[in-house]
This record gives sequence, structure tokens and C-alpha cells, in this order.
Amino acid sequence: MPRYLDVQPPANGVQLVTLQRPDALNALCTALLAELAATLEAAAQDDQVAAVVITGNLKAFAAGADIAEMAERDLVGMLNDPRIAHWRTIAAFPKALVAAVNGYALGGGCELAMCADIIVAGSDARFGQPEINLGIMPGAGGTQRLLRAVGKPLAMQMVLTGEPISSQHALQAGLVSEVTQPEFTVERALHIARTIAAKAPLAVRLAKQALLQAGDTDLASGLRLERQAFTVLAGTADRDEGIRAFQEKRQPHFQGR
Amino acid sequence: MPFQHIVFAIEDGVALLSFNRPAQLNSFNTAMHLEVREALKQVRHSSEARVLLLTGEGRAFCAGQDLSDRNVAPGADMPDLGESIDRFYNPLVRTLRDLPMPVVCAVNGVAAGAGANIPLACDLVLAARSASFIQAFCKIGLVPDSGGTWLLPRLVGMARAKALAMLGERLGAEQAEQWGLIHRVVDDAALRDEALALARQLATQPTYGLALIKRGLNASFDNGFDDQLQLERDLQRLAGRSDDYREGVNAFMNKRTPAFKGR
Repeated sequence: MPRYLDVQPPANGVQLVTLQRPDALNALCTALLAELAATLEAAAQDDQVAAVVITGNLKAFAAGADIAEMAERDLVGMLNDPRIAHWRTIAAFPKALVAAVNGYALGGGCELAMCADIIVAGSDARFGQPEINLGIMPGAGGTQRLLRAVGKPLAMQMVLTGEPISSQHALQAGLVSEVTQPEFTVERALHIARTIAAKAPLAVRLAKQALLQAGDTDLASGLRLERQAFTVLAGTADRDEGIRAFQEKRQPHFQGR
Repeated sequence: MPFQHIVFAIEDGVALLSFNRPAQLNSFNTAMHLEVREALKQVRHSSEARVLLLTGEGRAFCAGQDLSDRNVAPGADMPDLGESIDRFYNPLVRTLRDLPMPVVCAVNGVAAGAGANIPLACDLVLAARSASFIQAFCKIGLVPDSGGTWLLPRLVGMARAKALAMLGERLGAEQAEQWGLIHRVVDDAALRDEALALARQLATQPTYGLALIKRGLNASFDNGFDDQLQLERDLQRLAGRSDDYREGVNAFMNKRTPAFKGR
């Protein structure tokens, strides 16, 4: 039983995972991160789960790492930091991951949101990388994923000043895909996740891979990877079903094969 | 700790916040800003406050920034007024506009500078007949702040907004009412009682629904028609989930007076 997470049973292919450390604004202590990594690992293996929605509460998605915990780690402690493996597991989740962000998404919280494929933000959400204020810097993707999402000028400004941006600004910059009334953030994220869950699982998986690789490779390699993935799908039963259902003007029934 | 520069209390659902530096015409210094901020924080987190009433002690409502709190001596560094706006005035008007309950403002006397624009960030403004609004900024080479440049044209139209902002002349309460800048003018002696009565009345209403109305109307200036229709749909969804909606319908069906809880 996770202590810092509420994990709902999957419904319509979607699993809702809620961070629950309200007294610490959902600060990502190592135990929470470990629970989240384990939950996503289980979800990756669970045929009932096609997509996961991750959220916090109205006040905070996650307001950063656990500072007290970090203070106890010296150089050697950092080198042996168990968190690195947890972050890697979260980022490597092969199915669709949607973040529903209300309130603060700061530091590790912002980095966690950026591990998701899609971010839906409430109108009062705040995204920031305030690590610099503590004499440190982002250590879980904040200098990498942020740059890829919003471009260099804004990423530099956010990381070097530590000042957060509004959800409206995040929308303009391309960090989030949608801004909603805070009360509907989770509903919208669930709706998007359910939409994805109704598609052919293999197509979703390979499309996600291709998109993630797009940020890391040159165009020629990216196009080659895309074509390979595209070709692989030609061998699936779901592709035949998808095309046939389209021709016959009916809803497809995908099986993940 | 007790407040020095404001009077503040929450009673029967009404949060009363009154500027209290009468000798300085209730002008803002840092200390008063901090107390107002603390009081508004308490209102936001209070489980019983269902309406905020904002007013001033003495003969003025608020004369804006206390200039004696500013250091502009010859040879001194150029001040960064943007910093004080970032730190104090913008958060203040944002809080008033975002507060999830009706905000009544009783303008009891002169309202000048930021003090003339703070009421405009409130929801229902009553003003004493002798009260006046003065966009004094232009007289000392400044720009209307605390939302003035945005709210004035929307409330009274561009021509009047420019005249107010560029001439800095006194606008009497009655004229302000005729122009649609404020909700209502009240006789001086009756202002506080009328404002309190209005606040007490509002405190019995469906607070959550009123907060949603406020959200919708505030957003209307920024949205196109289509976006606003979608916002209305979303706000109505939220309103439809409230206890007060159920109570309202039930009371109507059974021909009785509803007992709203504000949720």
C-alpha cells in the first residue's frame, strides 16, 4: 500500500494517481518518488491500464523535492542517490502519461509534470524551477526538458532567476497543452487519457516513442526511426482493424496485437 | 498580533476591513500594506467569511500611496516604483478580484491615486455623496496603477477614462454613479449602515455561486464570445454541483425561503 499516493483502480483503461502529502505541498520525498516509480512500473505491466493520469490537489501538484532530506546528502550521498533510478523509471513509462496540474508545480514538481506526455493546467497553476534560490540547480530534467519545451530564452530565465510562470504563460510557451478552470483539470486530463486509451495500444506506444526521440536526434535519424515504427505497425492486427473499421464506417475494436 | 493601521473583524459572515490611518487620509505605507495583506489572507482562509466589506476610517477612504514613505530626495537613487507595484499594489487588486466571495466597497470620502482604483477592483461600490474619485497620478508625473488603466476604459469608456487620467480632476460620487463607475451613491450619514446591511444580506446568499458569477464576469473582458460561452458552461457545471443550488431549487418547489450555506 503506497503511503503518499492514492492509486485508483483502472477505469476505461485509465488509472488515476494522486500525490498525497498535503502537509508538505506534495514535496517529492524519496519514499513518494519510489512509490510513484513502482506504481508506474506496475501500470506498465497491467493490461487494464492504457494511460495514467497523475495529479496533486488544488493547492499544489508538487512544490519541489524534500529539502530536509536533500540537506542530509553529501557529495557521496548524491552520487549514490536512489532517486536517479526512480526518475528514470518514471520517464521511461511506455504508455500515455497525462499530468493534471493545479497550484504549484515547482522544482521536482515541475520536472515531474514534464515527464508526462501531456500537461493540463488549472488557470491558477504556477510552473517554476526555484532550485537556484537554494544554491543548487534542477537535477531531474529541469534544465533539459524545460529547454526543449519552451525554448532557450524562457528556460534560461526560469532556471537562472528561479521565478515561476503562470499557467497562461506556460500555455503560450508550449509547456502545457490546455488551461482549464482548476476544478476541471483532473476531469479534462481523464478525458484526454480515456480518448488515448481507446486507441490501438501499440500505435500509441510507438507514436509516443517517436515523439520523445524527436527531441533527441537529428531530423534524418528521427525520420528513419519514425518510418521504422510506422512499418512495424503494418504487421499488427489492430492496423488492419483500424483501416477496415474506417472503410466500413464503424468504431474499431482494438486488441493490442 | 493586533492590527495598527487597519480595523479588521469577521462577524456573522461579514469580514470588515477598514483602512485606519485617518491622520494620513488612510494612505498606504508598507506597514498598512502588510496588514491589509494579512487580513485578506485570513478572509481567504476563513471558513465563515462570506462577504468582504472594504472601507476607511475618518473623512477619507484612501489617498493612495503615502509619499512620505517614498525616498525621492535630490541626489538619491531613482526609485523603482515598479517594485512597489509588484510587491504590494498588484497582489492587492488581484486578491480583491480573485477573492471567492462578493467584495463590497464603501467609499466614505476622498479616494485618490491607488485609492481611487482599489474600489474598481471590488464588486459592488457604494460611495458617500461627498466622496470623490481623483486619478491624481498625472499631477506628479505618474501613470494610473492598481488596475486603473485597464478598468477605467472598461467602466466609463475611453474618452472619459483619458480625461480622468490625464486631467486628474475630482470626480464627484454622483457623477461617478451616472457614469457607471460605481454601483450607488448614499447619503454620508447612512453609508456605513447601508453598506453593512448590503454585506449582511450578501452573507446569506449562495456564496459559491456568487464567486462563480464573479469569475465569469471578470473573465468576460478577456474572452471572445465563444470562449465565454464555454466558460459559462463550465461555471454552471460547478454551480450545479453545489449544495446551495439543490437548496434553492428545493425551496422554490416547496414555496419556502431557502437557507443557503454558501457551499
